Amino acid sequence: MKNAIGREIPELIDGFGQTVPFAGAFQTTPTMQRQAPKVKTIRPGQSKLMDSLEEVFKKIPITDGMTLSFHHHFRNGDGVVNMVLETAAKLGIKGLKIALSSVFPVHAPMIEHIKNGVVTALDTNYMSGPVAQAVSKGILEKPVILRTHGGRARAIECGQLNIDVAFIAAPAADDYGNINGVQGPAACGSLGYAFPDAEFASNVVAVTDHLVEYPLSPVSIPQTRVDYVVKVERVGDPKGIVSGTTRITKDPVGLKIADAAARVIEASGLLKDGFSFQTGAGGASLATAHFVRQMMERKNITGSFALGGITGYMVEMLEKGLFKKLMDVQGFDLDAIRSIAANPNHMEISANFYASPFNNGCAVNKLDVVILGATEIDTDFNVNVVTGSDGVIMGGSGGHADAAAGASITIVVANLLRGRLPIIVDRVLTATTPGETIDVLVTERGVAVNPRRSDLKEKLLAAGLPVKEIAELKSEAERIAGVPDSLVTGERIVAVVEYRDGTIIDVVRQLEE
Amino acid sequence: MELRRSMLFIPGNSPAMLQNGGVFGADSVILDLEDAVAPTEKDSARMLVAHALQHVDYGTSETVVRINPLDTFGEQDIRAIVPCEPGALMVPKVQSAADIKKVAEWVAGAEKPGQAPVKLVALLETPQGIQEAYSIAQADSRVVALALGAEDYTASLGAQRSKEGSEIFTARSMVVNAAAAAGIQSIDTPFTDANDEEGLREDTITAKKFGFKGKLAINPRQVDIIHSIYNPSLADIDWAEQVVAALQKAEAEGSGVASLNGKMVDAPIVSRAQQILYLANLLGLRKETVE
Repeated sequence: MKNAIGREIPELIDGFGQTVPFAGAFQTTPTMQRQAPKVKTIRPGQSKLMDSLEEVFKKIPITDGMTLSFHHHFRNGDGVVNMVLETAAKLGIKGLKIALSSVFPVHAPMIEHIKNGVVTALDTNYMSGPVAQAVSKGILEKPVILRTHGGRARAIECGQLNIDVAFIAAPAADDYGNINGVQGPAACGSLGYAFPDAEFASNVVAVTDHLVEYPLSPVSIPQTRVDYVVKVERVGDPKGIVSGTTRITKDPVGLKIADAAARVIEASGLLKDGFSFQTGAGGASLATAHFVRQMMERKNITGSFALGGITGYMVEMLEKGLFKKLMDVQGFDLDAIRSIAANPNHMEISANFYASPFNNGCAVNKLDVVILGATEIDTDFNVNVVTGSDGVIMGGSGGHADAAAGASITIVVANLLRGRLPIIVDRVLTATTPGETIDVLVTERGVAVNPRRSDLKEKLLAAGLPVKEIAELKSEAERIAGVPDSLVTGERIVAVVEYRDGTIIDVVRQLEE
Repeated sequence: MELRRSMLFIPGNSPAMLQNGGVFGADSVILDLEDAVAPTEKDSARMLVAHALQHVDYGTSETVVRINPLDTFGEQDIRAIVPCEPGALMVPKVQSAADIKKVAEWVAGAEKPGQAPVKLVALLETPQGIQEAYSIAQADSRVVALALGAEDYTASLGAQRSKEGSEIFTARSMVVNAAAAAGIQSIDTPFTDANDEEGLREDTITAKKFGFKGKLAINPRQVDIIHSIYNPSLADIDWAEQVVAALQKAEAEGSGVASLNGKMVDAPIVSRAQQILYLANLLGLRKETVE
């Protein structure tokens, strides 16, 4: 059957089950109860400290077919996933489902565990590197579930992603299971994506290389939810966890796009006292913050908050008084860690608080403007951030679809031509974020406004911005680069792309060899 | 007269930059075959630039190609590039009127029948070139601008290049004056620190005060800043409109002399006001006040 954006979704998918097709960004109303893990008790004098992961496995005990969860705050410096899977393999455990909020190149050893049957299912919000490539080629029997950051929090809270054991990579912990992300050699800042796992998993294990005297302070994840603590030699490689300082791009085309995006924000009328903003850490997205900042300084505007993944640039804006608060679900660099540890106006928020659609209100709903990227966008404004031009999985929604749904204005910034390829297509290979939640596309050769937002289009035209129809931009790109041949995919489904509300927005099919 | 507030260099060996050269809004793009390209890459860059001229849309930007010096690959460049219909060629290290005459002859020989004449911009970057500025400006009707290249010039003077530029005071004056005397444009040397926006702003204000009609740019980020200096301000436009109104009023009243705020509106003032309004109209800056 076809879903609301015309994607063909089978009613039943092998290894996934019955599907509910995407019906529109706000068309699904929840009817379930919240998930509740079993009540536990710990007696005075009872120790949570374990000698090894192996001991934890035996103590719980972890058995075939269980779901183990992990957060991705260590990004490409993570050591915990590989360590845990190695232990599982050693103990001969099979059929595990791995719920890891994002998969990075460092997780390549997982491929061997998939081949050996230790891992048979994967649930994630973003994947890049060898595991993503192997999945695209069909290494897993069951399709991978690709969620959004908010959608993962929702799935956990609503009992759709049941976690048997959450392994929390902990930069600092005490022997009673209190955890924070701001101390120790593997400090990563906010632990936002680990919060739902800690709150709703049946068992919670803190894995740390920085065990401190009780009580740890500050506490991000409290002892009341943690069953066991394991000290290991090293939880990760700090070099892969954070960068030094995130810098504004020097690419002139990226800057041109960012400048235009900032002018779109100005023309929208939202840039005034109380302004709230989210942007990514990459290329044109972060550069947009730079131009927005110049406008705020010039007009003496104090914003309310900046949200999402936080870089040193946003920290500087907080410290200069341009924003009153930062709401941080994930830190990207050393400045973000320093700030969240010291500044009470730099708040650590959970994935649930950030973006889950099924609670009593998430932070993206309070956003004025979000700046997002895209690998492809179609003439209906549907965005793909999952598959690359070769059809291989190279990303995922992360918070993309969440922030797009929540913000008053969602702006996609993208080069009209990426290498030799036009970014605008008739139909994206994989739909991640529905066009109804995208308002403006900003490229180096013009700005396109979603026809749903004629109000905005008028404002942008009045401000003298180079507004064009999206089809016009598409043909402009094709005049330069030609029309690329469309990809031929196979029939087998290797990933199911879930919208934040749990409906299915698209599927990723295996590539023809 | 065409606007050349900004003339932006684009490396002739970078396909990505050649493809995107038109998106920065520069009045001219200079596709560079000279300094940006290593000697071993001259042939491939020449082919790339020739291809770009025929297939890339540079929008409203004039296409200029900086060829190599006449004693190296200059003639080869002209033969390959001119038939691709660039708006102009920039000729580096021009020393004398004879250089321009030679180039003009080569260009005429390379033009296709019916092709719009390719213009020339003479880049003066030696003490001799500066000294000969006026005869260079007058050497051929194809020459539409003199541009100053201060880096090579100060190197041959043995002077230290500085941000405030006192060492190029004479050269700037001579280039501006020679160009004005010959009735063509003068374009100032580029500001070479792409990261110093404030420095660029100051340097462009200086150039404008000297009388330069535009400035070379070595980075796309410089274009908007240069334009912001060269564009007439709203106060300028307002003043110019008042001058024109005063003039019209005087004419209507049959008075030979117009005055504005107690000052006589004489010919130089009128000419300056007309220039401001011409520029403002061209750039669409008067729309708001008209509506």
